[in-house]
Amino acid sequence: MTSAITTLVRYRALVESLVSRELKARYRGSVLGFVWSFVNPLLLLLTYTLVFTVILPNRQPDIQPFFLFLFCGILPWTWFQASLSESSGVLIASSNLIKKVLFPAEVLPTVCVLANLAHFLLGLPILLLFLAWQGRLAWTAVLLPLPILVQLVLTLGMALFLSALTVHFRDIQNILHHVLHLWFFATPVIYSYAAIAEGTPLRQALRLNPMTHVIVTYQQMLFHGNVDHWRGLFLALLVGVLAFAAGAFLFDRLRDTLPEEV
Amino acid sequence: MTKPVIVAQGVTKRYRRFAHKNQLRTLKSALLTGSVLAGLRPEETFTALEDVSFEVARGSTFAVIGENGSGKSTLLKLVAGITRPTRGSLSVVGRVSALIELGAGFHPEISGRENVAINAMMLGLSRKELECSYDAIVDFAELRDFIDAPVKTYSSGMYMRLGFAVAIHVDPDVLLIDEVLAVGDEAFTRKCLDKIAEFRRRGKTILFVTHSLGLVEKMCDDVLWLSHGRTRGRGDAKRVVDSYLTYVAGGEEALLRSRSVADAAQAEAAPATDAPADAGAPGAYRAGRWGSREVEIRSVRLLDARDRERHVFVPGETLTLALSVRAAAPVSDFVFGIGLFAADGTCVYGTNTDIEDWAARRLEGEAEVRLTLEGLHLVEGTYLVDLAAHKRDGTPYDYLRGLHSFRVKSRVKDVGIYRPLHRWSFTGGAELDPPAERGEMEIGE
Repeated sequence: MTSAITTLVRYRALVESLVSRELKARYRGSVLGFVWSFVNPLLLLLTYTLVFTVILPNRQPDIQPFFLFLFCGILPWTWFQASLSESSGVLIASSNLIKKVLFPAEVLPTVCVLANLAHFLLGLPILLLFLAWQGRLAWTAVLLPLPILVQLVLTLGMALFLSALTVHFRDIQNILHHVLHLWFFATPVIYSYAAIAEGTPLRQALRLNPMTHVIVTYQQMLFHGNVDHWRGLFLALLVGVLAFAAGAFLFDRLRDTLPEEV
Repeated sequence: MTKPVIVAQGVTKRYRRFAHKNQLRTLKSALLTGSVLAGLRPEETFTALEDVSFEVARGSTFAVIGENGSGKSTLLKLVAGITRPTRGSLSVVGRVSALIELGAGFHPEISGRENVAINAMMLGLSRKELECSYDAIVDFAELRDFIDAPVKTYSSGMYMRLGFAVAIHVDPDVLLIDEVLAVGDEAFTRKCLDKIAEFRRRGKTILFVTHSLGLVEKMCDDVLWLSHGRTRGRGDAKRVVDSYLTYVAGGEEALLRSRSVADAAQAEAAPATDAPADAGAPGAYRAGRWGSREVEIRSVRLLDARDRERHVFVPGETLTLALSVRAAAPVSDFVFGIGLFAADGTCVYGTNTDIEDWAARRLEGEAEVRLTLEGLHLVEGTYLVDLAAHKRDGTPYDYLRGLHSFRVKSRVKDVGIYRPLHRWSFTGGAELDPPAERGEMEIGE
């Protein structure tokens, strides 16, 4: 695990350049260009708002206005989901590079995660603006780096794990799509965690999901303005570190097979 | 000899061979049978390299030669550290830059400038080092005017130039080159070779994989010759290249021999066709056999000066065409002729006994006709032979068109259809170094 971190730090200039290339290349040629980074989350928000305020209205009192509550969870979730689905295919997509150039391949999934982190950070000011507009912006927002860090470690670990394993089992790419979809609903993004009664099996199940604690922390810091989910966040951090260790280990074990299998 | 930079000992590389069923293996089935890890172990393997050992001394230029599929590129990837040997050990001292595929990893949507940065860092350059050599890279690639345009707008030549420029400016201790000089125009290839020569002067180590034997003899100190993943020869460049050429010529010899047997058999199966109307027109050269067979050419042999059957010759050798013929009934009107054609159908030479005023008197039963060509002054290439027995008015008895062939191999890549005996001489202010002693190779020993 430490060797993975050392490698990534040593190649940080490459990682930085690749992330900025990723950001530039994504919208190159489109009319709106960088504005898409802002428009994308807005459109996503619009869709969910339409569904949950018009079609299936959510009237739970503690999470009104609902669209704002939704926004607080969906923005970090998008980062998580896009990172994983992109990194699962990134080694295969870069097979030419892996076969022909000697460089640490863990750079590639890392870039996926960091590029999506950048999109998340670009979307964040919009969320903060909306919060300020609704008069909900609280001091707790300055604590945001904590859940971001926890999510980063967790996502990186899973990205390393998935990217290396997908090279050998390509089916993962297809399955992952559905797993992430299910995972989305198993995470309190479109409903309130607090509203699920303590002690119920559903609550127990949600507690096992590290993303639950990360998302709940975001929602508390941004939407509710008071944070008391520290224990949950700490558990998520532990799971994240474990995931990173497992991901780095698996990636290292499979490293030599990558140029031959991609 | 200084301490070696690259040391390979008993290097063996096996690749997993993909049977169709393996490709269909899924995570699900692997999980069901509990064989996730077993599934990652190869079942069928293909040995790309077997027990290869060599050393490359610091500052020397080392070439790996061999036919396609002999394991050259596998070896290069191993030295580059991209893959690891299945068995044996391989160590490389210092920074390695591999010119395996130029511009691998360029992103089409972003500018040349950014691609240079990313490519250079991928090859191991730090940001500071990049700043120092950025201008040199762009100037070398001659792309100053286009450097801010997206790479997708580049021509393939520009792409290659940029790729080469980056790889060469990484300032490696060991440079690995895989046949990349085949791309690009003459001038740029020249420039690349100059850069490589500069590398050699600065005492850097170069490992070359190439089919260009001329380049090998000119630039390399040591050569490793691989054949089917095994070491066939190793050592002094000239000696190894010579034995490689002899080997390749031997392979061609066997190929030509088997082909001429097959062609003759094929022609036998469809005898006595009429001469094609367009026969004789250059470019419309079609192999075949026709004639009344009153006189039959029963066998043809191509012989060298010592009467041994051969199909590959070097310029200047003696070639004898030996025809064994038979006339079922005695004939008195007959002419023997031969023609030599280049592969594109151009007639190189043709003659017959009538043209040369041999007066035919009688042919009966078995006979042998020999035509000896003293000094085969031809350039490298494959030549087809026409052989015929016909009447003076041209009516064919037996006409064998293009059913026999031979190959001329030469290390001098001169061109044309005929090589006059020649000699260069220079006087006055012209100074030239004579070519390295080549000596035409011996074939068929």
